[in-house]
Amino acid sequence: MVDVPLGSAGAVPPADVEDMSLYHPHSWVTKYVFSQDAKVIAVQYSITALGVGLVALVLSWLMRLQLGFPGVFSFIDANAYYQFITMHGMMMVVYVLTALFLGGFGNYLIPLMIGARDMVFPYANMLSFWFYLLAVVVLVASFFVPGGPTGAGWTLYPPQAITSGTPGGQEWGIILMLVSLMIFIVGFTMGGLNYVVTVLQARTKGMTLMRMPLTVWGIFTASFMALLAFPALFVGAVMMLFDRLLGTSFFMPAMVEMGQPLERSGGSPLLFQHLFWFFGHPEVYIVALPAFGIVSDLISTHARRNIFGYRMMVWALLAIGALSFIVWAHHMYVSGMNPYFGFFFATTTLIIAIPTAIKVYNWILTLWRGDIHLTVPMLFALAFIVTFVNGGLTGLFLGNVVVDVPLSDTMFVVAHFHMVMGVAPILVIFGAIYHWYPKVTGRMLDDTLGKLHFWVTFLGAYAIFFPMHYIGLMGMPRRYYDSTDIAFVPPSAHTLNAFITIMALVVGAVQLVFVFNLVWSLVRGKPAGGNPWRAATLEWQTPETPPPHGNWGREQPVVYRWAYDYSVPGAAQDFIPQNEPAAARASLETVS
Amino acid sequence: MAVALILILIAVGSVLFHVVSPWWWTPIASNWSYIDDTIIITFWITGIVFVAVVLFVAYCVYRFRHKDGQRATYEPENKRLETWLTAVTALGVIAMLTPGLFVWNRFITVPDDATDIEIVGQQWQWSYRLPGADGKLGSSDTRNVSTDNPLGINRDDPNSQDDVVVEGGELRLPIGKPVKALLRSIDVLHNFYVPEFRAKMDMVPGQVSYFWLTPTRTGTFEVLCAELCGVGHPQMRGTVMVQTEAEYQAWLGEQSKKTFARLSAPGN
Repeated sequence: MVDVPLGSAGAVPPADVEDMSLYHPHSWVTKYVFSQDAKVIAVQYSITALGVGLVALVLSWLMRLQLGFPGVFSFIDANAYYQFITMHGMMMVVYVLTALFLGGFGNYLIPLMIGARDMVFPYANMLSFWFYLLAVVVLVASFFVPGGPTGAGWTLYPPQAITSGTPGGQEWGIILMLVSLMIFIVGFTMGGLNYVVTVLQARTKGMTLMRMPLTVWGIFTASFMALLAFPALFVGAVMMLFDRLLGTSFFMPAMVEMGQPLERSGGSPLLFQHLFWFFGHPEVYIVALPAFGIVSDLISTHARRNIFGYRMMVWALLAIGALSFIVWAHHMYVSGMNPYFGFFFATTTLIIAIPTAIKVYNWILTLWRGDIHLTVPMLFALAFIVTFVNGGLTGLFLGNVVVDVPLSDTMFVVAHFHMVMGVAPILVIFGAIYHWYPKVTGRMLDDTLGKLHFWVTFLGAYAIFFPMHYIGLMGMPRRYYDSTDIAFVPPSAHTLNAFITIMALVVGAVQLVFVFNLVWSLVRGKPAGGNPWRAATLEWQTPETPPPHGNWGREQPVVYRWAYDYSVPGAAQDFIPQNEPAAARASLETVS
Repeated sequence: MAVALILILIAVGSVLFHVVSPWWWTPIASNWSYIDDTIIITFWITGIVFVAVVLFVAYCVYRFRHKDGQRATYEPENKRLETWLTAVTALGVIAMLTPGLFVWNRFITVPDDATDIEIVGQQWQWSYRLPGADGKLGSSDTRNVSTDNPLGINRDDPNSQDDVVVEGGELRLPIGKPVKALLRSIDVLHNFYVPEFRAKMDMVPGQVSYFWLTPTRTGTFEVLCAELCGVGHPQMRGTVMVQTEAEYQAWLGEQSKKTFARLSAPGN
């Protein structure tokens, strides 16, 4: 963007910046298809990611049908089962959660919340989405190639990922998976640079870093981390692709394949695991930090109370982001790596619990002495606290190296990571959609349908994953196509598995209510007005709703206060927008 | 009101489930009860935190839910409270980590009198090699694998001649004797997992990993593979039988006809 001189009033003088430096669309195609408007790109990202999410949801149904009612559904053989779990995992982690939080919420909220007109590199931003879409197409294409998608598990561990004992290992599946990931990373890099540079360079006047809403802090930190973490996955994917196609031995030691010696030697399977988890652990926080940020804003807005301990929240976000790069090998305690690493990684992993706990305390202390409106976004935020605390605490089992030994690779792990990085962030995504849908469309989502969606999703998901820990504690391994004949597993555990499957079907089905609500409210929803939640952050102060390209009309807003002036004593309303100048009364802003 | 009640039910219900549910770990059969103890400590600390947080949220929802004319308290920070909470959290973390690291040190420090045994994974079965009369295992290399030498044992190593090879069969261990399990794979990743032993470790082609344990209970236990190793992963099972020393020695004596030297002798 151009460097805009400020007028005497501190505002951006409109005459100098007519139309800013934005490329404005000239046709329907450039407005809605090849759009360079971050808000349109956000919607494109979100709809694509939600579509992938529905596919991944159906895959989870299929695998749960096999686990709950083994052998009843003859089309789910072992090959198909492993393909379903692999695609479910990879889709959810990368193509749904990462894409939605950064590509979806990042694109929509960053420019609006910091008072910018758009991302700083709109063309790269547009390309980012089309690369993402291409990555999705390549990934989904693997369902239709000979041999089907890869069944290596979402961790894609070599050597099995590229040998013949694994579905797709010697066929197309693994190749398409690796290529799709590489395309995704290229696309993400274009988006991620945009998010980071926009936050650093394009904040409107008065929007200091320490006045930014925590949503922006969360997405910013996560984008920065993703730019550092994804390259590790990228090189891992390139090396594995070479191993698979060119006969190199990056990850392939001397080994036999189905009784026959392979012409490989010297490679290290553990090298891939280190590369994968150097990406994979930060990835957990790439998903979690935007959720942390968003939920902070949901809680503050709907409890009508300033977020408690804002500065501590920012430092905790940054501390978690930094620490998450030195904990990766806690996924590898029983991988056969040098066992002395365990001391280091257990210590760093448990230290990360401290800033994470601070965040939880500050959320619940924001509720304390608040004025809690139990709106649908608030309900989702409360459910996030419950599921995140539950899943975070079981992380203290798995992070504590020796406790991980019996629990690793059991259903306990599956229950833990679904609770903490599946259920909890997805509850935030739902809450955020109920919260910002009125800004995106100008209409409210239906409240009754929203509450139905909320209660079934929250209680159902808890009923799925809480008992699952105990099957794992008992020793039931994860990634078992069939565990009916394990000697120590009592029949009651199989009954529990059937119950979990039924709950998964119910929770999945209620998502249709949500999809219906999204579509129906677009036409029939109650008109929202510009600021239905009476929120203080900038995106609710746009002159028009939904905001047009350029966001702010002729003048960008000027920021005078932090994002959390709720229930300020003496103020006329229970919120003061960030762009409202300080009145004669003494400002109570303590954070700047 | 309903929301607060449901939150209370979740906290209470989770604790009740923990107490009354029939699903709990298998009765232990090794010396690793320290691990179970650490899990119990962790359950207590995390359980208390979980219940406290959820009940506090329930209280807030009940006490501070919106009523006409109510206003929230404006309080951006409270240094004392934040410091205090951070300190308590750090203490809780130390209380879990310290015993954890001590037990981990034991877990990776093999006693000098432990007997080496070898466990070899391949798609999709377990094989074992036990030292013969010399008490030593010979060296091995995946590049030696052939039809008459399925584990890739080094023919030229004098220590390997009396090694007892159990291919695709049952592992036997004497009770009360520490055992160091050397873990090898000749194809892909596997993981030797006996829930009753608590210990587990991946086997990685190209390297040897290990764990050690002392069996403390006789009986037959199921061996599972705990690292996804291809489509046959859930069928990769076996059994391990823990016997008294006398029974074990009697069995080992019978195996002398299955030593590596005899099995790989020409014309066999």
